[in-house]
Amino acid sequence: MKRRSIVKYAAFAAALSLGLTGCGGGSGSSDSKAAGTVRVTLANHVWTEGIKAAIPEFEKSTGLKVELTQLGEDQLSDQYNVKLNAGTDEIDVMMYRPLQEGKAFAKNGYLADLTSKVSQDAGWDWKDYQDGPVKASTVDGKVVGVPIITEREVLYYRKDLLKSAGLAVPKTMDELQAAAKTIAAASPDTAGFVARTGKSAAVTQFSSFLYSFGGDFVDASGKSAVGSDAAKKAYAFYGGLIKSYGPKNVSTDMSWPEAMAIFTQGKAAFYTEADSLYKNATDPAKSKVADNVGFAALPSGPAGSKPYNIPSWGLAVNKASNNQDNAWKFIQWATSKERTLAAQKAGVPGPRASVWADPAGTSTYPKDLAEAISVSAKNGVGHDRPEVVTVGKAREIVGTPIVSTITGADASTAADKASGEFQKFLDSEKK
Amino acid sequence: MSVLTTPRSTPSRGSDRKPSARENFSAWANRHRKWLFAAPAMIFVGVLIVFPLAWTLYLSLTDSQGSVRAASEFVGLQNYVTVLSDGERFWPAVARTLSFTGVALTCEVILGMCIALLLWRPFRGERWVRVAILLPLVATPVAVGMMWRLIFDPNIGFVNQVLGLVGIPPQPWLSGQDTALGTTIFMDVWQWTPMVVLILLAGLTSLSEEPDEAARMDGANAVQRFFFVTLPLMMPTVIVAILLRGIDALKTFDILYATKGKGGGSFHEVETLNVYAYGLSFDYNQYGLSSAVLILFFMIIIGTMWLLTMRKKAASK
Repeated sequence: MKRRSIVKYAAFAAALSLGLTGCGGGSGSSDSKAAGTVRVTLANHVWTEGIKAAIPEFEKSTGLKVELTQLGEDQLSDQYNVKLNAGTDEIDVMMYRPLQEGKAFAKNGYLADLTSKVSQDAGWDWKDYQDGPVKASTVDGKVVGVPIITEREVLYYRKDLLKSAGLAVPKTMDELQAAAKTIAAASPDTAGFVARTGKSAAVTQFSSFLYSFGGDFVDASGKSAVGSDAAKKAYAFYGGLIKSYGPKNVSTDMSWPEAMAIFTQGKAAFYTEADSLYKNATDPAKSKVADNVGFAALPSGPAGSKPYNIPSWGLAVNKASNNQDNAWKFIQWATSKERTLAAQKAGVPGPRASVWADPAGTSTYPKDLAEAISVSAKNGVGHDRPEVVTVGKAREIVGTPIVSTITGADASTAADKASGEFQKFLDSEKK
Repeated sequence: MSVLTTPRSTPSRGSDRKPSARENFSAWANRHRKWLFAAPAMIFVGVLIVFPLAWTLYLSLTDSQGSVRAASEFVGLQNYVTVLSDGERFWPAVARTLSFTGVALTCEVILGMCIALLLWRPFRGERWVRVAILLPLVATPVAVGMMWRLIFDPNIGFVNQVLGLVGIPPQPWLSGQDTALGTTIFMDVWQWTPMVVLILLAGLTSLSEEPDEAARMDGANAVQRFFFVTLPLMMPTVIVAILLRGIDALKTFDILYATKGKGGGSFHEVETLNVYAYGLSFDYNQYGLSSAVLILFFMIIIGTMWLLTMRKKAASK
């Protein structure tokens, strides 16, 4: 008798586990747990810290439970690659980079179409979103994401060094070069200029120089433009600035944490970087020069001051999720005007025009930074990397002349070679 | 449980009773018990090794990219042709993989042997020294990579600051195109020599004392005794150490990725086959090409293992 019941239980357990596995793997079924739980995957970011603290509010008002997974940028990408490739329904809401992964994810069918959802609620107000971020979150006419964080490139500088050298804040690229030269010559321990140097990492920050010199990655007819005269000049300028006036023994692998460290350790006078990272430089706990950091709009090149103005992160709904309505509820709450204002006050520049128009939206920002941002928002270009499907590969190709120039190679030759490769790459994507 | 307690049960003599289903199953289980006991392990190997390998092999014959679920076409050996004729990324990656493994392994075995010989005879404070030597082994490779990355930073790193104190100009270490691979080899040696020490020390302590004593009686000095007595006796152990560590070194990924990132640095200066395949999959989403690289890599590992195993057999004879 006893044995029989054990066998019965075992059979039941086996059937149950098989059934559950079936549910987990399939995309059309649903399990009871998912209905009341929203599974959210977010990147490590200041925005995430703010939203994490506010989640209990959401849970209380909706009765839903939020299951949060938080990962570093690279790990997040890798997770998506593995899980979405396998058709998982275990992610409902996902934080993603519209310009890096948006096209590829939309093409692969990973992102749910939110077009009808964003226009339903007039109070939430999709029209309030700035044009650039909206464009970047729309693929083939369909809205696939809601932007949450925007970025523009600005000039970070050291007020004390400029003052002691008797220099004004540079307004043009030529002035920037001259000022970097003067400061580097005056104190051998301080670099005149620092910025990202890693082949792929530098592309986004180099892009503003490229636009300000009158170039772009791709021309109006869709052909590679990284071999144009303007691009060659931009490569020579950006690379040359780091080579001649950058830190000694400069590494060619720097992304923002390394470049920011050099600036915040007091080892550089000028630094061009995304405005959304400003707290790293002004927070005394992280920066030795917190009191002396100034901000200015990107200096003008021959084509004016044209920094990028982009949404760096957005929220999307996994197309394979069985819980899309609740996922949308979460997004609607997390991107509401109130939450966007709260995030912006905590140092995360948002995509909502009304929040920027509200004096409270910029009340916590250093005054010069708020000014620089408002200038950049007007002149900004809506992308900071080639707008293609395989962005990773494209960045490596167009980034090569940057590192080549930093290490002393001829910018023109490197740009021509990269342009040939980039054209081949663009052709292969069209197939 | 009764299945096992009634082995090889046969229907009772002269009885016409048909065996029950349970008895049938029990008889069947007894006949196939070697397979039944091995089944869990076989399923494990099948699911976790054979299936992924077969799937990778299949992917390597298609033009799969973007998403593995997207439609892909069978392209035969096209990916292999592309990879094998790629002199810019693939072959340099093969060369780096082999030189990384070769140099790291040589240093680790020589250094490991020296340390093992020092630890062989008991001495005061031996326990503490052993603990200190084993410390790098227990650290996570990614953490090790990050730590060395900070130490070797060209501007704010500890090493260059110390060198500065004694008047040596700062060196590029990880950031130099020519020095990066050497620096990562140094990190690998730092982390994995203790494992070689452990293996060799186990080998040394199990050696019998007589041959060494006999050589000493014959007037051989320490160096002669090492090269003509200890080393030949240790050869099988040394090859085991080389085999274990060699396969691991060939597959090194975490230290390289943690220090130089995707693509093995801006000039691919530390891009080994592993890093290259990872980039093809996760950065470029070219699963077909990436699978072809991995299959070729797998063949290189199998080939190396086979060569080393042959050597071990020869040494054991």
